[in-house]
Amino acid sequence: MIECTINGETVRLDADPDMPLLWALRDLAGLSGTKFGCGIGLCGACTVHVGGRATRSCITPLKDVAGADITTIEGLDADGAHPLQQAWRELQVPQCGYCQSGQIMQAAALLKDIPAPTDEDIDAVMTGNLCRCMTYPRIRGAIRDAAAAIKEASANG
Amino acid sequence: MDEQRLPSDDRLDAPRLSRRAFLVSMCAAGAVFGFPRSGLAAMNPGTADGQPLEAAGRRYEPTLWYWIDTEGRVNVNVIRAEMGQHVGTAIARILADELGARWQDVHIDHVDSDPKWGTMVTGGSWSVWQSWPVYRRAGAAGRVALAEKAAALWGVNADSVTVADGRVSAGSRSIGFGELVRQGLDRPFSEDELKALPLKPHDQLTLLGQDLKALDIDTKTNGQAIYGIDAKVEGMVHAAPILPPTRYDCAITAIDDSAAKGIKGYRQTLKLDDPSGTAPGWAMVIADSHWAARQAADRVKVSYRTGDATDVGEAEIQAENRRLIDDSGAGAIMDTGDTGDVDAAFADAADTFQADYSTQTVLHFQLEPVNALVFRNDDGVWEVHTGNQWQSLCLPWLQKALGVDEDQVVMRTYMLGGGFGRRLNGDYAIPAALASKALDGKPVKMILTRADDSHFDSVRPPTLSRLRMAFDADKKVVAMDSSVASGWPTKVMIPGFMPKGTNGEPYDPFSSDGIDHWYGVGAQRARAISNELAEHTFRPGWLRSVSPGWINFAVESFMDEAARHIGADPLRFRLDHFKAEGRNAGQAPNSVGGARRQAAVLERVAELSGYGRDDLPADSAIGIATTYGQSRDMPTWVGGAVHLSVDRESGRVHVHKIWLVVDCGTVVDPNGARAQVEGSALWGLSMALYEGTEFKNGRVVDTNLDSYQPLRMIDAPEIEIELVESTEVPVGLGEPGTTVVAPAIANGIQAAVGARLRHLPITPAAVLEALKEGSA
Repeated sequence: MIECTINGETVRLDADPDMPLLWALRDLAGLSGTKFGCGIGLCGACTVHVGGRATRSCITPLKDVAGADITTIEGLDADGAHPLQQAWRELQVPQCGYCQSGQIMQAAALLKDIPAPTDEDIDAVMTGNLCRCMTYPRIRGAIRDAAAAIKEASANG
Repeated sequence: MDEQRLPSDDRLDAPRLSRRAFLVSMCAAGAVFGFPRSGLAAMNPGTADGQPLEAAGRRYEPTLWYWIDTEGRVNVNVIRAEMGQHVGTAIARILADELGARWQDVHIDHVDSDPKWGTMVTGGSWSVWQSWPVYRRAGAAGRVALAEKAAALWGVNADSVTVADGRVSAGSRSIGFGELVRQGLDRPFSEDELKALPLKPHDQLTLLGQDLKALDIDTKTNGQAIYGIDAKVEGMVHAAPILPPTRYDCAITAIDDSAAKGIKGYRQTLKLDDPSGTAPGWAMVIADSHWAARQAADRVKVSYRTGDATDVGEAEIQAENRRLIDDSGAGAIMDTGDTGDVDAAFADAADTFQADYSTQTVLHFQLEPVNALVFRNDDGVWEVHTGNQWQSLCLPWLQKALGVDEDQVVMRTYMLGGGFGRRLNGDYAIPAALASKALDGKPVKMILTRADDSHFDSVRPPTLSRLRMAFDADKKVVAMDSSVASGWPTKVMIPGFMPKGTNGEPYDPFSSDGIDHWYGVGAQRARAISNELAEHTFRPGWLRSVSPGWINFAVESFMDEAARHIGADPLRFRLDHFKAEGRNAGQAPNSVGGARRQAAVLERVAELSGYGRDDLPADSAIGIATTYGQSRDMPTWVGGAVHLSVDRESGRVHVHKIWLVVDCGTVVDPNGARAQVEGSALWGLSMALYEGTEFKNGRVVDTNLDSYQPLRMIDAPEIEIELVESTEVPVGLGEPGTTVVAPAIANGIQAAVGARLRHLPITPAAVLEALKEGSA
């Protein structure tokens, strides 16, 4: 039995400790917003936050997240209104959308670490996330817009 | 041929639609299409649960394509799959604009594969082009019916009534769509009436060209969008397949699952028997969870008897392409008009120029690995829940595999985690269906690993193009002879779609579009040849931009080379050969203007990019290319330019900027249009420089991102796009942007460092080699 916190709720999972977190989220926790792409941690579609860090859930065994605090796309913001999600909608970033949960989770971790990223920062961090529709120019733009919105909100707050 | 290949009017499937209830107006409340829905669905991408809108009260269906309920909500039936092109939004907008609906009232429903819809296919960049006349007439029907109803109610002439923004008005009187439906509206339209309906003049189309938010975007930002991989139904078991070494000719001789028996949740391993011949030699590991199935599959040992394909590699396939092109009797001759005797022109020529261009195997690598959920429902109907681009192609395979009739299989199309042509071929649904069949209809959910997805992919095959040009003593072009060879997806999967050449031989348009270009080159021959060695080794596929993606690499590289050969400027040389005369004058409605429009986008992109400027640093240049998109029947005129530099030390090509000028006729959805052009251009870049695998022992060598490396953000350059303002017929945008990029890069490399690269992908090693050779 592995206990951890997913999107603020404590869950106990009766599963193979070697089962990747990705499949536990999708098939046990019923959170299918996190996607399976390559299975070897190189596409980023499965990105979630573990203890606030962007983590490839397809190569993270359940036993490694015992006691950890996990956030998925469903839990990033209760209303789906994280500044990144808003920027994504505003710029109409998604095409097929399959990679975008991972992109947004990766970008959210980026903005936590580097609140005002340069274009080089964005490229360096986001290049680990494949977008097969090649929405890269819009992802870049949306991250810049979200960073600006967060800055403005904190200045006004 | 056109009708067979590209149905572009109301008869999406003529015999069927005229037979069916197309004429009948159904007003009954709660009527449902086809079959009861179960499990998760993805019919309405605007909602979290994907469930389609239920009509409030009675509903009016002016045609098959939509209904209006008593709340005035307009529910548009979309037969196209959503794979990132926001196709439902574009089609609903076309209908809503003609109808006079209020955009906030519009909903979309990606429908089941009921035969009443006619042919269901999402590909060829056809969706908007084909839907435009159909959904406009459908919208006009509703508008006329609503106007007539209100006019009768008020005792006024229908001509004095206006329909806009979801309301019908005359003078000071006004009534909503919903109220008119509530009062009872059942006006039917015959096919002839539909064709005679007045359509709004272009300047009265108000939704067109506006930046509206696509209806499928929100759920793609919060994890709610439902893809095939997310499909679920009560009581399903999970399946992990074990694939044979090669696509065909492998038979299972033994299965040993003793090592899998200790896996908790493991049930059994099925040896599939496929009467459809789609996926021979598959075993399917069944378990209680996906993870258990995977764990077990890794432990099950399967032995095979293999066939000849295990001896075939990329080199053998290319050698066969070359042998076929060398054989002047091979292949189909396409109709390029009556342009004279090609062989005589070459024999009499003062000078000739010839070059070969080749491309390596390319994977689709759509990010969602193929998957399917199949079961027999309580009504005895087989339900196939998956992402699919060509339901009408796959359903007969499913019937054959399951041994049932047409009315016993239905496909529910989910959001596609990437299409790019992979899911035109729905072969992956067959093994899931066979597993469910073996388990007496129990729901089986199958997901392929990434490596198996690549192994089973219907790739863009290895291709070869040979182009020749003849010149007279004044260096004037007098003839062109083009031959292309590759494996043909259409021949393998739907041979009835192949038109016949002038020599009576059938050809695959998707393996030959591109050689029948709009340049006036004197006597012209275009020959397309199918490579049966490739077709017997694997199943060739339709991959984003199909043959225009590789043939234009050849044609547009060649035009640059031919210009240089006679000492002409490559831009001027092209423009001089775009003469809008004869068959290159174009035809109404789809190719009005012909070669003139292609010349215009080329000139504009040259101007925009600063092509020809002489102030660029050493080893850098701007290369250009132009194409007509996907086919002469539906030309999307594209001019492309690429600014690049070449690192002579490493051989790396750095692309700094891409410019694209696109004339796609009327732009229905400007934001979506740009998105498609951005994505398709970067696909072009990815296939030009980064993507390529090869066959070895009958299978692709690269199956995952450790060695197969599509473009990443860090290599994505700035893109500048200009859409030409036009009121011509809207044509496709999903693929044309792809077609110009590779040749523009090859041309830019030659301009920058003098090396000519004639093989895709252009690797640093190939650039270094070409630099060493001083190739030109």
